[in-house]
Amino acid sequence: MSDGPAAGFFPAGRRTALTGWGRTAPSVAEVVTPMTREQVGAALRRRTERGVIARGLGRSYGDPAQNGGGIVLDMTAMNRVLDADLENGVVTVEAGVSLDRLIELFVPFGFFVPVSPGTRQVTVGGAIGADVHGKNHHAKGSFCDHVLAMDLLLADGTVRTVTPDGDPDLFWATAGGMGLTGIVLSAVVQMTPIETSLVSVDTDRTRDLDEAMALMAETDEKYTYTVAWLDCLAKGRNLGRSVITCGEFARLDELPAKKRGRALRFKSGTLATIPDLVPGRLPNKFTMGLFNELWYRKAPQHKVGQLQGITAFFHPLDLVQEWNRVYGKTGFLQYQFIVPFGREDALRQAVEKISAAGAPSSLTVLKRFGPGNPGYLSFPKPGWTLTLDFPTNTPGLVRLLHQLDELVLSNDGRMYLAKDSRMDPADLARMYPRLEEFRNVRAKVDPDGVFVSDQARRLGLA
Amino acid sequence: MKDALGAPQSLLILGGTSEIALHTARKLVAERVRRVVLAGRPSGALDAAAEDLRGRGAQVEVVAFDAAEPETHEKIVDEVFAGGDIDVVLLAFGVLGDQESDEQDPVAAAQVAQVNYVGGVSAGLSSVKALRRQGHGSLAVISSVAAERARKANFIYGSSKAGLDAFAQGLADKVHGTGIHVMVVRPGFVKTKMTEGMPDGPMATTPDVVADGIIKGLRRNATTVWVPGPLRFVFSALRHVPRPIFRKLPI
Repeated sequence: MSDGPAAGFFPAGRRTALTGWGRTAPSVAEVVTPMTREQVGAALRRRTERGVIARGLGRSYGDPAQNGGGIVLDMTAMNRVLDADLENGVVTVEAGVSLDRLIELFVPFGFFVPVSPGTRQVTVGGAIGADVHGKNHHAKGSFCDHVLAMDLLLADGTVRTVTPDGDPDLFWATAGGMGLTGIVLSAVVQMTPIETSLVSVDTDRTRDLDEAMALMAETDEKYTYTVAWLDCLAKGRNLGRSVITCGEFARLDELPAKKRGRALRFKSGTLATIPDLVPGRLPNKFTMGLFNELWYRKAPQHKVGQLQGITAFFHPLDLVQEWNRVYGKTGFLQYQFIVPFGREDALRQAVEKISAAGAPSSLTVLKRFGPGNPGYLSFPKPGWTLTLDFPTNTPGLVRLLHQLDELVLSNDGRMYLAKDSRMDPADLARMYPRLEEFRNVRAKVDPDGVFVSDQARRLGLA
Repeated sequence: MKDALGAPQSLLILGGTSEIALHTARKLVAERVRRVVLAGRPSGALDAAAEDLRGRGAQVEVVAFDAAEPETHEKIVDEVFAGGDIDVVLLAFGVLGDQESDEQDPVAAAQVAQVNYVGGVSAGLSSVKALRRQGHGSLAVISSVAAERARKANFIYGSSKAGLDAFAQGLADKVHGTGIHVMVVRPGFVKTKMTEGMPDGPMATTPDVVADGIIKGLRRNATTVWVPGPLRFVFSALRHVPRPIFRKLPI
């Protein structure tokens, strides 16, 4: 397997069936786990006409980190921190470093990741490829807004340091570009300063969707982090009842005196692992209806200034390893869309349709986005984004999703590629008006289509 | 690539005028299938089938393919895959022959076996090789309930399907775990042009119903699909009927 002395030890590839986090539509690829830049380069040279794609921790729901018949580079062994400026919170890390690791390493020094999705089990490379967002999008934008530079391995084997100012085309094609412009080897990330590792959280329970939307429009002005959990199975006058949580990292003086000495403590870890034995129809509209009822009732009507840890506020699901197994072997999908401000009616209609269909989504999340960035395929733009989970064996799901697609399209909305596993390719260009510009950049840096994934083939992305 | 809900996007039909296959194609085109390749002997019927599917919004390619010429299969299949991924291959060609006259004409009888079995072996292997290279996809082999036990009324056809059926089962097990899915479809008596003029068999069905069975089976990665479903139990009973009785049964 050696590619000359520079490559050194090279781990052999293994033919492995891969899926995304939703555990649907597997394909078999040669999975190679490089540990150095040279090994990434060597793997790239070994490609066939089926090409190469990078994969991180596999948290995309569908097939963007799969490449049937080709090479999939498991980047998680490229997990070194190369440099850290602890004065300014600027870190240079390899692409396979997870946000979990970044938080664990740098919270004690007073820095949190600039943007965190609902799980911290994603790599920096993946966060760039999907331009992930979090509860602070309205205030701080998405992940790539905080990437100062990245080293990108291009199709021709060269490594280019790409910055937003130096090479805006390539930078913004890579930001949210689903790995199709090259392989991110390392990135320079601007972290966010914090005084404590605790979040001061305000919680409000709303009776219905309208009240939730009104309250969220208010709270976005005041808080850096906001999100609403929504009971999508509630009907009638309870339609869209929600629990809104807003937070701000606590200042040192907000902590009780005895906790101030350990203000920046953080411990990662999990409570339990779901075994791979769950029957397929466990999450259904009855169990999820019950869960939603309890979740709603458990939340306080109105509570201010509750101190929560990072995990409890940002990543509660990370406490349970392999939680996707709850959906059984038939898997599930996530549907995340955005409709612009002013299209609140469309959002209301969507919630009505989901409620009427009795489609059992338990992790329904509503969030307001602020301005988007120049990323050609970056998802966020100003508006409301709703995220839903559905088991794939939900009766009538194909039809429901088709109706939602039409609603989203006709309201100038779009779907998130990192969540996509079933979009109609015909809708892509309407959702992403800068698709052609993305393709032009890619045609320049990767004319032969070396970087390709199952999703790219399915949607005709590149 | 199939999507998360099991809907394929591209389809190769070997035996491009098969009514069962075309009904399946129409239903899949109404969902997400955009690329359809019809492989068959050039004919007006093949072109008409292509036109029909184009009218339903598919991009259709017509490829010359003769099941009776196994030496050509691999090249033809490879060229189809070179034009883009194929999510589902339907191995749908087959001839019924004429039992009574074929018994008197060994060459004609061998021709039935040549198409149904020998052709199925080379086309099936060619397809699976190509599917494995792309790392995903399904092969649906249209067998028949006649494969379950040879009957004196149609043992030439039945034995050819029995060979094909056994081949496909073995192939399915061989590729299990490689990301490739091979499925055997066993329809009962299907009212098509192939069976035109024959009296309906018991539990006769239509190509449309068989197509539904195939699509459902593809979605849940089934290994065997019986259409209609209860035939499975009828034939497992028949399989165990003692020979002296079986040979006297009017079937």
